[in-house]
Amino acid sequence: MAGLTQRASTVVKAKLSKLIGRMEDPAEQLDYSYEEQLKLLQNVKRGIADVVTSKKRLQLQTSKLEQELVKLEDQARQALAAGREDLARQALERKTSAQQQLRSLDEQITQLEAQQEKLISSERQLNAKIEAFRSQKEVIKAQYSAAEAQVRIGEAASGIGEQMADTGLAIQRAREKTEEMQARASAVDELIAAGTLEDFTSDQSQLDRELSQISTSQEVDAELARLKGEIGTGGGEQKQLEQ
Amino acid sequence: MIVRLLTEGQYEVSEDLQARLNELDDRAVAAIDREDEPELDAQLEEMWRLVQAEGERLPDEDLRTSDVVIPPADLTLAETRELFSEEGLIPDLPSGQAA
Repeated sequence: MAGLTQRASTVVKAKLSKLIGRMEDPAEQLDYSYEEQLKLLQNVKRGIADVVTSKKRLQLQTSKLEQELVKLEDQARQALAAGREDLARQALERKTSAQQQLRSLDEQITQLEAQQEKLISSERQLNAKIEAFRSQKEVIKAQYSAAEAQVRIGEAASGIGEQMADTGLAIQRAREKTEEMQARASAVDELIAAGTLEDFTSDQSQLDRELSQISTSQEVDAELARLKGEIGTGGGEQKQLEQ
Repeated sequence: MIVRLLTEGQYEVSEDLQARLNELDDRAVAAIDREDEPELDAQLEEMWRLVQAEGERLPDEDLRTSDVVIPPADLTLAETRELFSEEGLIPDLPSGQAA
């Protein structure tokens, strides 16, 4: 087996000879290639924008989850005050699991951010390359029409072909990474939509109900005490019962 | 010698560096044969590192062809293999007729 780098070089050159073989009008071919590269770059840019949107969605979920943590803590306190340790425990269990979700969400967001930055910098690099390609192709086109001989394109076209293969692969990989990031962002979105995280808000009902029952009965007790006080007999009876 | 770091750009490298790259290249090939992806990645990363550290970056406007092409280290083993097939990893250069 020939060296890895030699083979990679051979493949790149093979791509090029295929292209040159197809070239009827090299000038037109080069313009077309340039347009194609621009289009691909646009896709990468759109991809990055989508990723930013997905990331914002995740950040929104994070803040919802944070509010949920505060609420669960309050509920636990309320339950404890009412002497319902079982309910307090339930609320705290939910809080712990919400905290875990929050941590993993934060981690995902950090990863997305790192990848996003990488994508943005490779997008800039691609931009520069495509711009270089644009001026290269003008040079070659000028040489071609001056010499009116395809042979003349020779070395310069090889160089440009190699550049095109390079840019093509770089764009392809940037797109793959963008798609990967989008998939990851929507996976978390789906998780939230499926209710894994939403549990803490929607399945709250039982806990909420019990807590509201406690406060209802506390209110009833208070009302009862007030009425008894008004009648003025309640206290006496109570004492008698206690004795 | 001109080396292209595929997806990054071209570098002019000295003969001495070329010799070291050849050694790493041999090891990379052996890693592919053994299907040892971490080892392949390590060799490629080292090649990239050396070229970036000691090579002279050529401007993107340079039209010379490269003597060798070094694939990116973040390719998987399968992708690296694919790179070597003509229909493989590198997208076909856009052709006017395909439009």
